[in-house]
Formats: sequence, structure tokens, C-alpha cells
Amino acid sequence: MSEDIRNRIIEIIAEQAVLETSDVSMEQTLEDLGIDSLGLVEAIFAIEESFDISVPFNANEPSESDFDISSVGAIIEAVSGLVAEQKG
Amino acid sequence: MRRVVITGAGTINALGHNVAETKAAMKAGRSAIGPLEFRDVERLSVRIGAQVREYAPEDHFGRQELALYDRFTQFALLSAREAMAQAGLEISEALSERAGVVLGNSGGGVITLDDNYRTVYEDGKNRVHPFVIPKLMSNAATSQVSMAWNLRGPAFTVASACASSNHAMGQAFAMIRSGLADVMLTGGSEAMLCFGGIKAWEGLRVLSKEGCRPFSKNRNGMVQGEGGAVFVFEELDHAMARGAEILAEVAGFSMTADASDIVMPSREGAARAIAGALRDARLNPEDVGYINAHGTGTAANDRTECAAVADVFGAQAPGLMISSTKSMHGHLIGGTGAVELVAALMALNDGVIAPTVNFDEPDPACSLDVVPNVAREARVEAVLSNAFAFGGLNAVLALKKAP
Repeated sequence: MSEDIRNRIIEIIAEQAVLETSDVSMEQTLEDLGIDSLGLVEAIFAIEESFDISVPFNANEPSESDFDISSVGAIIEAVSGLVAEQKG
Repeated sequence: MRRVVITGAGTINALGHNVAETKAAMKAGRSAIGPLEFRDVERLSVRIGAQVREYAPEDHFGRQELALYDRFTQFALLSAREAMAQAGLEISEALSERAGVVLGNSGGGVITLDDNYRTVYEDGKNRVHPFVIPKLMSNAATSQVSMAWNLRGPAFTVASACASSNHAMGQAFAMIRSGLADVMLTGGSEAMLCFGGIKAWEGLRVLSKEGCRPFSKNRNGMVQGEGGAVFVFEELDHAMARGAEILAEVAGFSMTADASDIVMPSREGAARAIAGALRDARLNPEDVGYINAHGTGTAANDRTECAAVADVFGAQAPGLMISSTKSMHGHLIGGTGAVELVAALMALNDGVIAPTVNFDEPDPACSLDVVPNVAREARVEAVLSNAFAFGGLNAVLALKKAP
């Protein structure tokens, strides 16, 4: 997993949560970080723009999307997979 | 207190170009949702919607008129024509000052805006048509309707996203009831099925790519539609004196604000609006046979709306029919409440309840009688029509059978 992807996603999440990047850890959930559904949609937009990828996510059924958002670590892993798939 | 009745109805939407066609489609449970057709649609990830088909503006309006009529204005004018023809109302000079217009829309001339942004940004031109502003302004439809029928009383436009039309009709109702006017043309229209219109919605990730399945467990979002509907609201004695056919009485209205979240709906805010409309109409829960739901087909709306209805109707809830016609005509945003009032009138006048189509699977969170897939014959005396907008603005109308 590329260090760049990890760092950029942490930056995006930290910005949404209004925290320092050092305060964001892998096991935290978006709820832990105080990111609501609008914040999530905005974070996904930032991820798509940063990596020039398309993220499969429907706000109506977040848990049923192919995109795992259960923790910061899960998001990084999912984005890494999408980058490899779509940019590889 | 002055009473308000409906003496004319008109619509154009994806189900039909008039009230009769629209009712026929609702009775047949036919959905008008299909592949969208417009420039650059291939650049969208959401490519379905309920478009008005087999419609040529030139068949209805002159070239100079069309230079000023955005599609949302055309829909309002055509709906008003049908409604005025049915009402058979002569607007005399005296009545003209006591007659007005309140229409709802959410986006104004979105297609005009989209086309002209394309002209200057993409095509690099430095000049646009001189009438862009009077064509795209949100009050264009209201103003054109007022001019077409010489309605010189209160007239303005209401914008409250998905509740715009219900708020508009609520204002028209209140104006006649309070004595500000005797006749109001009211309802709403919307036309935002274009590249920019859908692209903006796509970003919010609440649109379905497959279909509109309100209350069904496998629902996964809303589907946009376009069109409009306009009604003639008239003071009861005025309508009786001229022997007008009365379609229904507008018995009550209520509006509330959630004051909580810009996109997530509130059960409490919706319940207060529903209860308020009943109270205003002096109806008890057991008097209401049908509710035309907001029923967008999003996870959040449908769950919240069912909970709110259950809160208000309590023990009466299981006997109530509630359906979402958005499954057929799509979500017309600012025009949706107006088109949905056609289903409310159909319940009262024809004794037919429009179904919720595309219903595949019950959801325990939406355990009301949603009239799945097939229209139902039923005699109802009173109906409600719900609208709950982004921004937490709720508006509910109550109609009763003609007195």
C-alpha cells in the first residue's frame, strides 16, 4: 500500500473532521471522528478528485456499497484497491 | 370562515400531457421512468429519469414566446391552460384584481442556465441571447401565467426545494381563506433534466441508477422527473354562484421546519406538519383514507415518513392507504407536490388509489399499506398530500370531497 495514498486520505479525513492528521488513527470510525453523512460525501468527492478515480458509493445504502467505510484503515485499503484497479 | 375549493386541474408530466392521461397511467400503474435523452448524457453516472416525451414546444407556443419560455414556464402555462379550460372561469376586470398566481419551483430555468453556460464556457462565445434573464428567473412561470389570463392580484413564486409546490398551494389557500383573493392559480413546475441539472444531483449520491422503488426494502435512491401541474383554487361561494363543478375542497394546510439538518429529514418535523394539517382541516385521523406520500425512494425519507405517519395516526395507521406516485412520474422537485395532487384528486373523485409501483419487498421500517404495484378502488372522504424538502421544510395539504 502506497504511503502517498495513506497520507493523502488521512489529510482528507482530518480536514473533514477539523483535526490534525496526527489525531487520525487507522481503527477510528467516521462516527468516532464526528464525520456525518454530508461530510462523508464530501470526503469521497475529495478522494475521487485527488486520485482521479470513481468511488462506488450510494448514500442510501452505505453499508451495502462495495466501498468499505467501516474505519479509516478500511477506507485506505478500499481506495488503494480502486487506484490499482482503475489506474494500474 | 371562507372556504376554498378546486374548480380546475391541469398537468403535463412524464405520465401524460393532461390530467386524463396522467390518471390513466396512475390507474394502470405504469412507470414513465426510462433512459434520459439529452446532450452529454454519456458523461453522467445516473442516466435514468422521467422525461416528458413526444412533446414539441412549437406545437403549443409561437417562436417569440419560446424565446421567453424556459421549459418549466412552458409546463406551467400548459397546465394552467387545461385548468382554466376546466374551470370555465371568465376573468372580468373586477375579478382580475381579486385573482392571483402562486407557483412553486426549485431551480428556475435550469436548462436555460445550462445552455447558456455552455455557450460562454465551453463554446467560448462572448454573447448570449438577450432574454436569458427573463427566461430563467424563478418567477418567470408565475409572471407568464398572470399575463396570459390577466390575473392582477397577489402573485409570487415559492422556492422550498421538494416542498415548493405544496408551500405554493398552501399560500394560495391561505390567501383565499383570509380574503386577500377570490381565485388563485397555483401549483408548480420543474425542468432540470439536463446535463448540469443531473450532474449536480449526482454529487449528492442519493439518485438511483436503476429505478425508483419507494418503501420497498431494496430501494436505493430517488429518480428525477419533470413537468408541472396547476389548479384553480376558488372561494366556495364564488364557485357556487357561477355553478362551477367542484373537484374537491382544500380543507387544511400546515408547514413546519425541522431546524436540524440541511439534508436529513426529521420524524418530528414531518409528524408536526401532518398533525397540523389535520387540525387545520378539523379532521380526525380516522377521517383520512389516503395519503399521497413524499415517498422519494431514499432510505432516509421513506423510513422517517412512515414513522411520522405512524406517530400521528396511531391505531388508525394500519387502515390507512399511503402511496408514492414518484415511482411512476419521478421526483419533480419543486413541481412534485402539484403533480401528486392529481393523485389526491383521483382518490376523491374517481375512487381509485394510485399505487406505489416497483414494490418488490416489504421493509419492516415501512410497514404501512403502501398500495403495492396495483391501483385500488376505494371510497375516501379526505386525503393528505405530503412534501418534505431538503433544508427540513415540510408542507402538508388536506383535501376533502366537494361539499
